[in-house]
Amino acid sequence: MSSKVKSNPLQKIFTASNYLFMLLFVFLCLYPFWYIFIYSISDPRFVNLGVELLPRGFTLFLYRQVLAMKGIGHALFISTARTVIGTLATVFSCSLMGFLFTKQEMPARKFLYRMLIITMYVSGGLIPYFLLIRSYGLVNNFLVYIVPGMVSAFNVVLVKTFIEQLPASLEESAMLDGASYFTVFTRIIFPLSMPIIATIAVFSAVGQWNSWFDNYLFAGNNIRLRTLQLMLYNILNEAQRLADQMNNPSGGTIIDPKRMTLTPTGVRMTITMLVTLPILIVYPFMQRFFIKGIMLGAVKG
Amino acid sequence: MISTSTVAIRPKRPAFRRNKGIILLLMVLPLMVLVVMFTYLPLFGWIYSFYKYRPGVPLFDSQFVGLKYFSMLFTDSVDMLRVMKNTVIFALLGYLCAPVPMIFAILLNEIRNQKFKKFVQVTTTLPHFIGWIIVFSLSFSIFSSDGLLNDVLMALKLISKPTNVLADSKAVYVFQTLLGLWKGLGWGSIIYLAAISGIDQEIYDAAKVDGAGRFRSALHVTVPGLMPTFIVLLLLSIGSFVGVGFEQYFIFKNALTANNIEVIDVYVYRIGLINNDYSYGVAIGMMKSMVSLVLLFTTNAISKRVRGTSII
Repeated sequence: MSSKVKSNPLQKIFTASNYLFMLLFVFLCLYPFWYIFIYSISDPRFVNLGVELLPRGFTLFLYRQVLAMKGIGHALFISTARTVIGTLATVFSCSLMGFLFTKQEMPARKFLYRMLIITMYVSGGLIPYFLLIRSYGLVNNFLVYIVPGMVSAFNVVLVKTFIEQLPASLEESAMLDGASYFTVFTRIIFPLSMPIIATIAVFSAVGQWNSWFDNYLFAGNNIRLRTLQLMLYNILNEAQRLADQMNNPSGGTIIDPKRMTLTPTGVRMTITMLVTLPILIVYPFMQRFFIKGIMLGAVKG
Repeated sequence: MISTSTVAIRPKRPAFRRNKGIILLLMVLPLMVLVVMFTYLPLFGWIYSFYKYRPGVPLFDSQFVGLKYFSMLFTDSVDMLRVMKNTVIFALLGYLCAPVPMIFAILLNEIRNQKFKKFVQVTTTLPHFIGWIIVFSLSFSIFSSDGLLNDVLMALKLISKPTNVLADSKAVYVFQTLLGLWKGLGWGSIIYLAAISGIDQEIYDAAKVDGAGRFRSALHVTVPGLMPTFIVLLLLSIGSFVGVGFEQYFIFKNALTANNIEVIDVYVYRIGLINNDYSYGVAIGMMKSMVSLVLLFTTNAISKRVRGTSII
């Protein structure tokens, strides 16, 4: 900013080390993903030579093999389905609820709203929740991925706050024309609230894609409902158990130098990449929504 | 004439309003039912802690044992003390790291190149959006005995035998805390960056007039300007003191680290859903909820008294 202080040598050292520190942290944040990526596209015959900064050879062998593995295609389908359906359901219910709570004429509005807010601070705990889900018949049921998370108090608060700052006149004129609440919501409020809707959609989609514990708990042995995340978790567990038992590298399979073979490490790396890729692809475009989300949340909190 | 017309209209308006109100209520109720089903009804599950409940036996045929499971909390001292200790250590290490996002934001704010600043912000926020399973997979690939780190260190002849920090029970506290920091630092700093841009530019100008360089303005303007945000976030996190988290510790738990990584939530899972001791599991969970509620209300009251604003 000021040219006078810049000549200070101490300042120069600080600026240089600051840039260096930032670069180091950026490296720490990106390199693990890069490492997995270059490993997964390296030629399995050469990985024993070490893969550090660049892939050794190039092949999609691992991806072809892994995608042909039993259950992977279906797991990919389930993960995608829960992400799409779950996000749509959450966005619909949270935005509708946020809209309804802006309506002063709703009886018991304050009471209901407060009841919703309390859910951010109170929970019955894992075991009562588990028993209840079981009694609802949601075990081994796809709906367990969708329904319990449909209403999130935090999202409702975000939407409500956003709608409250929209000009009321648009809505009023539509109401005078005889439009119903639902029409006002779908035709006027929903399109106007796109910035905040996009934010909660992105949050919810990432949450859904990353979820695995509901799968583990309520459909752990059900292959038909297995998500990609849980599949990766199982594979990792297996790898760790092997490593524990033998106290010896899990990827210690003998590698035939003439043929490409599928090693446990290769499978692990490739599935990790498959699970991470959607987030890595979507992230650069979505990150402004994330930032908007935390800002709005912070203002409320 | 005038009076009759008002009489004629009057009963009509409230009815019209009531109708609209009922429509609104009918629209919101199905959603409220979901809230009740998945957040309020589980609270009734706390009743299990007063019965000797066994899966398969209906609750009403179970033996009422009163506070037996709660007194067990104090007699089952070996395990309870151990998981309490772990929980407290992770929580305290978490607090120790609480200023790091703020410091990172201040340092990042000193970067004058806007493009680079944006790049750093975007890349360091990425780990926040990666699930713990992937974090585990990345750590496994890098830190396990045949992982990258060992390969590199062995190749450089810095070590002769592979080390595995994932199976090191002594390193677990620091290692898990560092992982948490890696995952949350960029994300946590966003809010401070916003707070910095909210600090009045005139204060910086005044400091410059008074002869303050960049260090001094950071120290005497930025840091005090960020303090309210820092304190609010710190107070908010006290409520979740006993709920340090579940996924991270559950996923990273293995035979060698189990003793030190097991926090309350992981313990509840093991007691309740592995050992099938539902009642005791519920009792531990209840104690945990009570403690966090008490902490939340206490910090809220302190915040009201000291700062004049409540945090919830």
